[in-house]
Amino acid sequence: MNKAMQYICNSFLSLILVTTTATAFDDVATLRKGKALDQQSPSSPIANVMNNDIKRARNYPMQPPVIPHKTRNYEVNLNTNKCMSCHSRKRTEESQAPMVSVTHYMDRDGNFLAEISPRRYFCNQCHATQTDAKPLVENTFIDMHRLMKTKQKSDN
Amino acid sequence: MKKIISIGWQTLKKPSAYFSLGFLVIGGFIMGIIFWGGFNTALEATNTEQFCISCHEMEDNVYEEMKTTIHFSNRSGVRATCPDCHVPHKWTDKIARKMQASKEVWGKIFGTINTREKFLAHRKRLAQNEWTRLKANDSLECRNCHNFDYMDFTAQSGRAAQQHSTSLASGDKTCIDCHKGIAHQLPDMKGVEGW
Repeated sequence: MNKAMQYICNSFLSLILVTTTATAFDDVATLRKGKALDQQSPSSPIANVMNNDIKRARNYPMQPPVIPHKTRNYEVNLNTNKCMSCHSRKRTEESQAPMVSVTHYMDRDGNFLAEISPRRYFCNQCHATQTDAKPLVENTFIDMHRLMKTKQKSDN
Repeated sequence: MKKIISIGWQTLKKPSAYFSLGFLVIGGFIMGIIFWGGFNTALEATNTEQFCISCHEMEDNVYEEMKTTIHFSNRSGVRATCPDCHVPHKWTDKIARKMQASKEVWGKIFGTINTREKFLAHRKRLAQNEWTRLKANDSLECRNCHNFDYMDFTAQSGRAAQQHSTSLASGDKTCIDCHKGIAHQLPDMKGVEGW
């Protein structure tokens, strides 16, 4: 009897909780754009990959540089690494592409290797192509230079 | 043996005793059309993608890989089929390639690449065959569609225009030098020039 009561109480409480949270999040913007769960909104067109070969500023010093060209069908696997056919040390003279940074030739103990380090082999783990898609949400990232500037201003 | 050849030659040498000249001329003409037409029809039948992928070696390996590339699916719906790139279009070259292909029939019968593992083991050799062929004929099969004279460099990306207007224009490089693996996955590229 006691157990059954407890069970009913629990389910009632959780029901209240679910309904309240549902109403609370109704006005939150989602990628579904308010479409009901059982309905599908038309998908947005696939954005074009930027292919202008213009270097972009890095948002912070350690940011892996983004790829300013298309990489469709570039193979990076056991057999070959297409990226390195231009960006490796011995290929840059002919390709005139930027060489991958020297850190990519180091193992984790800082020893230099002749070839790219296996832990850096999969370029796309850090480097990504950019598209011309409009950002879905506003970016509020503040670069450290701007942070320092505002701080200097407030100090003066 | 010598006697048989001699009898055969004597028969051919003798004028026809039973058939009229008209029958021989017209009959020969009609048979010529049938044989020649038949030969070419059969040749063209082996020159289709349907024929190529009727072997699982082709369908499961190279054809599957090609499906993801731009030569299979693209915005304008123009696509290349196997013989567009792998068989020369000019008649004499085509016959020469078809005669070489008799070796592929041998490979099929004896199962040279009848499993995925065997195919992968042979992949570099097979790819190199094609690279050598395309290098030797100045990427003729690419140029059947991609005509250098009509390339609009302004419509290309900066990097592409730069490469095409220098190395390709001067004949220093040919398509396959840079576009290896354009329609199929690459083999182990160790030791390949430019990699």
